Amino acid sequence: MAKRRAPLDIKVLPGFASMAVICLLVLYVPILVLMLFSFNSGNIVTHWEGISLHWYGVALQNDEFFSAAENTMIIAVSATVIATSVATLAALGMTRVKPWKGLTAAFMVLNLPLMVPEIVTAVATLSFFALIAGKLGLNFGIGNLIIAHTVFCIPFAYMPIKARLEDMDTTLDHAAADLYAPPWKTFRRITLPLLAPGIMSGAALSFIVSFDDFTITQLVAGPGQTTLPLYIWNQIRRPMTPEINAISTILLMVSIVLVAVSFLVTLKKRR
Amino acid sequence: MAATDTPPPAPSLPSFEAEAQTRAARRNRLLTLPALLIIGIFGVLPLLIILVYSFLEAGPYGGVVWNFSTEAYVNFLFQADIFSDKLTFAPAYLLIYLRSFLFAVATTLVCLILGFPTAYFMATRPPRQRNLWVLLITIPFWSNLLVRTLAIMFIIRDEGLINSILMGMGVIDHPITMLYTNFAVLLGLLYAFLPFMVLPLYASLEKLDFRLVEAAYDLYATRWRVLWRVIVPASLPGIVAGCLLVFIPTLGAYVTPLILGGGTHLMIGDLIAQQFGSGRNWPLGSSQALILMAVVLIALFVYVRNTTGRTPHG
Repeated sequence: MAKRRAPLDIKVLPGFASMAVICLLVLYVPILVLMLFSFNSGNIVTHWEGISLHWYGVALQNDEFFSAAENTMIIAVSATVIATSVATLAALGMTRVKPWKGLTAAFMVLNLPLMVPEIVTAVATLSFFALIAGKLGLNFGIGNLIIAHTVFCIPFAYMPIKARLEDMDTTLDHAAADLYAPPWKTFRRITLPLLAPGIMSGAALSFIVSFDDFTITQLVAGPGQTTLPLYIWNQIRRPMTPEINAISTILLMVSIVLVAVSFLVTLKKRR
Repeated sequence: MAATDTPPPAPSLPSFEAEAQTRAARRNRLLTLPALLIIGIFGVLPLLIILVYSFLEAGPYGGVVWNFSTEAYVNFLFQADIFSDKLTFAPAYLLIYLRSFLFAVATTLVCLILGFPTAYFMATRPPRQRNLWVLLITIPFWSNLLVRTLAIMFIIRDEGLINSILMGMGVIDHPITMLYTNFAVLLGLLYAFLPFMVLPLYASLEKLDFRLVEAAYDLYATRWRVLWRVIVPASLPGIVAGCLLVFIPTLGAYVTPLILGGGTHLMIGDLIAQQFGSGRNWPLGSSQALILMAVVLIALFVYVRNTTGRTPHG
């Protein structure tokens, strides 16, 4: 009759599950509340009046929002294309190769943007562009921001491409070479298609970090070079309407969709 | 110059093979070059420029005047008296550094306390659930920091969610002021960097060999002892990596204290940005940026030395 104790599950530690749930709540409740209030029909950020898409309409009819979105897209797409291309080349020159002199140093330089605190990069880049504008009269306009973004996008693009290359089987390349495929053809027909998922998630990551960047953009941006995060920042300092929630929600959705898609792609490939 | 003809080195490999190898090395260098040039010119050179700037005089409207000066470094600790030029100890900047350091340590600790059980729980789920958890932690990791900070602001404002609920339940009559306090900044930092702790911890705990845990239980270890003597030591690399990933960006945090601290609870990042903005003292800002970077590099150096020195024992 005595109740038998359930066998001890060695993996369970008491309280850890509730801690995990707390963590998840901490991470998601603020974002969800922010998103919820973007559908508020009233014009006060924190007082719920009813559900509507009114503030999305307001945001989409706003010229400032559009020009900010346009700038953001120009910068993020350009930086992503440049960063992903040079990162792919670098990964090919540095992964699965016989170590060459300076390889370690090159690796450190590639990862440097990840190690320098963002605010330091921001003021250094600002000083750099101020100096070349002052001494050489060079100002690339929005190109300044594209260059600044490309620098910190490169390591983010590089990591997944390198990881993918390391996982790749070299026998296929050798087989192609054995069948007298010229190196360029081997690369185009064998290496590149196999590498594609790595390049794609590298591009997705650099797009996200460029799209979301605030600190570096804020310090480097010239007049008229407002991006979406800068636009939100300008809105915070005025009396706020739920329009800011709507725009924030759009920004969050871009990241969420990109992360989820690239996560699912890598998951599928691994199976 | 005596251009002596050096005899060709005796090839250890058949010469065509050696030649192919040098050609491959040259090609690989060439492939790496564009990336290195971009980071070198637009990433490394700017750092050298602020190194030079930190030894110059401040221009009246921002920028620099090209005269050598160590004022930026002296000003870090001392302030010149306007009338007598006598230097007096002025710890205002030092206090901001101290505050940032304490905030960074506190954030790292709280993230560890919250993050460790979470990562452990994730690592002990069945594989499918595990992937879902990883995705759920990864999404905030890659989400816009400014927007997430804004979300925290909405929660803790006087008329925000927490105060509305508490007042609705009749627990309090007046809203508790949370925004623009140290608490707000700490909460914001915790919120911002929690995923940076969970993910490396998870990566390390996922590889934990549960036969060790089983063996410990077989030897009559209590849960507490299993946790401290088996699980924690086995996941130490993840703990160190997670702490570093939280500590470094927190120390240089800029947006979070700017929005949640309301300009009165400054951290190093805001101080640096201020010198390049309204403060109009680029040399001072440059010197502070370099000091911050030095602290970060020391932390990274210690980390690299500890991880590469620790070889697994057979």
